[in-house]
Amino acid sequence: MEMPQPNLEVLRKKLEIVTALLEVLPREAVIDNPAETKAYECDALTAYRCPPMIAVLPSTTQQVSEVLKICYHHEVPVVPRGSGTSLAGGALPTVDSVILGVAKMNKVLETDYENRVIKVQSGRTNLSVSGAVEEENFFYAPDPSSQLACAIAGNIAMNSGGAHCLKYGVTTNNLLGVKMVMMDGEIVEIGGSYLDSSGLDILGVICGSEGQLGVVTEATLRILPKPEGARPVMIAFNSNEVAGTCVADIIKAGVLPVAIEFMDRPIIEICEKFAKAGYPECEALLIVEVEGSETEIQDQMDRISSIAKRHSPIELRQSQSEAESAAIWLGRKSAFGAVGQVSDYMCLDGTIPVSALPQVLRRIEGLSKKYGLKVGNVFHAGDGNMHPLIMYDANKDGDLALCEAMGAEVLRLCVEVGGCLTGEHGVGIEKRDLMEDQYSLNDLEVQMSVKDVFDPKWLLNPAKVFPLSASENRRLG
Amino acid sequence: MSGTLYPIDESDLSDAVSGAIGPLQILGGGTRPIGRIIKAQKLSTEMLKGIVTYEPGALTMVAKSGTPIAEIQTELAAENQRLAFEPMDYRGLLDTNGAPTLGGVVAANVSGPRRIQVGAARDFTLGLSFVDGNGQLLKNGGRVMKNVTGYDLVKLMAGSWGTLGVLSEVALKVLPASETQTTLEIHVTSWEQAVGCMSAALRTPFDVSGAATQCDKYGKIGVLVRVEGFEASVVYRIEQLKAKLFEFGNITELPDPWLEVKNLNSWKPLNTVWRISVRPTDALKILELMRLLQKDRGFQCQLDWGGGLIWIGLNVEQANDVASCTQVHESLQALVATLGGHGNLIKSKILSNLDITHFQPLPRAVSIITKTLRQKFDPRGILNPQRMS
Ligand SMILES: Cc1cc2nc3c(=O)[nH]c(=O)nc-3n(C[C@H](O)[C@H](O)[C@H](O)COP(=O)(O)OP(=O)(O)OC[C@H]3O[C@@H](n4cnc5c(N)ncnc54)[C@H](O)[C@@H]3O)c2cc1C
Repeated sequence: MEMPQPNLEVLRKKLEIVTALLEVLPREAVIDNPAETKAYECDALTAYRCPPMIAVLPSTTQQVSEVLKICYHHEVPVVPRGSGTSLAGGALPTVDSVILGVAKMNKVLETDYENRVIKVQSGRTNLSVSGAVEEENFFYAPDPSSQLACAIAGNIAMNSGGAHCLKYGVTTNNLLGVKMVMMDGEIVEIGGSYLDSSGLDILGVICGSEGQLGVVTEATLRILPKPEGARPVMIAFNSNEVAGTCVADIIKAGVLPVAIEFMDRPIIEICEKFAKAGYPECEALLIVEVEGSETEIQDQMDRISSIAKRHSPIELRQSQSEAESAAIWLGRKSAFGAVGQVSDYMCLDGTIPVSALPQVLRRIEGLSKKYGLKVGNVFHAGDGNMHPLIMYDANKDGDLALCEAMGAEVLRLCVEVGGCLTGEHGVGIEKRDLMEDQYSLNDLEVQMSVKDVFDPKWLLNPAKVFPLSASENRRLG
Repeated sequence: MSGTLYPIDESDLSDAVSGAIGPLQILGGGTRPIGRIIKAQKLSTEMLKGIVTYEPGALTMVAKSGTPIAEIQTELAAENQRLAFEPMDYRGLLDTNGAPTLGGVVAANVSGPRRIQVGAARDFTLGLSFVDGNGQLLKNGGRVMKNVTGYDLVKLMAGSWGTLGVLSEVALKVLPASETQTTLEIHVTSWEQAVGCMSAALRTPFDVSGAATQCDKYGKIGVLVRVEGFEASVVYRIEQLKAKLFEFGNITELPDPWLEVKNLNSWKPLNTVWRISVRPTDALKILELMRLLQKDRGFQCQLDWGGGLIWIGLNVEQANDVASCTQVHESLQALVATLGGHGNLIKSKILSNLDITHFQPLPRAVSIITKTLRQKFDPRGILNPQRMS
């Protein structure tokens, strides 16, 4: 993966920069020793690594502002970081960069049940936001599988989704406001505990901007009362195609499940070996989750079952208890981990129109044969967000390159059928150079001009999202 | 100034904007003359119409910006689907004609009571094409439900009132219509109780899809709580809600009142109307201010979104002099500035010719960002200039 040439002037001034940072941060919050900066050399896209010049861990918005003023003055690139679980290399540093981690900023600032909002510092983990409102039977809806680790900061930057976003939406639909520090150190507040701000929807463009517009330090989030209960139905089919049609039929019938998850044979087999969830032998498995009271759940499960039965499933299991639900979800939830046990893999994230599902699965199978790499598919079928996992051997020469080439073909396929490169993981460095497959240069130009407004010197996470050639003039000033 | 321009396709639209020599007033159906409107060449999207694709099984529809909302709703209804964000039709309230268009709805981010449950127009807009102030045709987003490829300019364009670009095509997420709905009216005796009652309803797990108030002609307040879904489920949830809410007052079931809540048709005779969005419990502060300012002259009020959306209206007796009406306007915007949110003037026979801020003024830092963003999208400043001020 190509990264820009480091700014030698910045590297030369490292000591001066560290000294300046130490004036605004305590010693333990400034990490400049190469043995320790190594901890920040990558995020969850571990195939690419590069330790930063310095990492800082501020505890307050004011400190973030002071840090950014210093970096702005010295023209140091800054890479914001939450928990480092990005799968797109969003938090990958460059040698001349400062990693600005918000992990220490994890407090709950306000819970307001009457208005159904919570205000937190952005380093707080996703799951612990729900944890903070659990006693009043509330929850924060977006639930990425990484929710135990990932931070709200990263969720906002990537506009993350989760299994339940079919019903509840992704981060942008649940974010009401942020406090953000711009690259020159100015602190701005956008939105708040209300639905409509005045003026343009600037919050909407901050969410999903991959740490390129400002460093988010606080967030106001919508919280919801927990449903009375939730249970899944598991449906097994003998072909991907039929499973795909069944998904469309469920949606058309007006039942809106909270989640429709899809697993294909390679994934089912790996998961079954790993988690022993008791999945049947089949080509495709759907997990459809519904919510409500006992009778509402039963009613919806029956509706879904009767639709599914029209497609002759080889097995249909309605969960009748917590234990059964847990068993059905067990395999799905351990899917990434299970694949990780048997192979290195690259997880793609393209989204397609649901109607194109069978066709795309067939063509991915073809590509798998062409490249000689095994692929498993596990994804959010209700909204067409695919996660093909391409398995490769990191120790085998050329295998990663092969995998990357195949990944690019799969993503181009998603675009070709009317979809997009990434549904929830973000562009980062991973899909940066494919952006021109989805957007014209003019379309990218207008996006980059938005960054010009917030960060005219292009110091915030500059080498991400846009093809390096497209952003070059701006980055080099 | 010549007659209205009616571009017939995107390249025509692009030419019309790039060839403009002065400011343009962008129109869809022209049913929402809200904000500051300066004299300018009119450009209408009405000829850019038609549904491009509709995939019920994928819950998505793509249509040209000038497509009438009515046409979209008819198409959707045939598949038992709908625009879940319930766009308000302003024709009654504002006494305008014409057909509301998709582009207008998205450009003004128009949403109705169901917003508290499912989101706003911006949340259902998956992608769009638009022509910027230079006449360039651009696109952002797509037609799939989840998309984080590049910056989300869709949100920025939604609610930008045509000041950043002229929308030409929009991809929408649609949802299944519900089998049935039931609405409860809880007869409360104060606004404090009304807000408390809506908040209590929204704190339950019963998926309330509307929480608003409606006053009768004697000023008695009814809290409306709506539940939608499959018959059996609605019956169950309504029973649960009754048990939870009876402490707020007598409860009756109502025939569907939501068209009036959404469109405020009965407010047509009012001569001045504001739309205010704040933290729901702050609605009480807005009402307190209004009581202080209007004293025994009184005012009309409707709360929606559990209190998060406040409509304030004055009739001829309540607002007949410029001075007091101006004072109400300025005081409302000043209070909202301290609370956060917005207070916009929607219509006023009395104030519209004065040099006032129709839209809530922005905090300093946000105002600078906004101005710089506008310069990028519309360097010549020709698209609906000052509309949002
Ligand atoms: C096992 C696993 C499962 C996953 N499952 C899902 C899933 O189901 N759905 C999903 O959407 N994602 C998923 N992800 C991806 C990842 O968890 C999300 O992208 C997450 O939101 C990243 O959060 P983070 O705090 O780890 O961010 P980081 O990785 O630290 O950073 C991500 C991006 O956010 C920026 N950023 C971080 N902090 C800030 C800040 N304060 N201000 C501005 N920008 C900032 C960074 O610069 C970077 O571009 C998964 C990842 C793993 C490893």
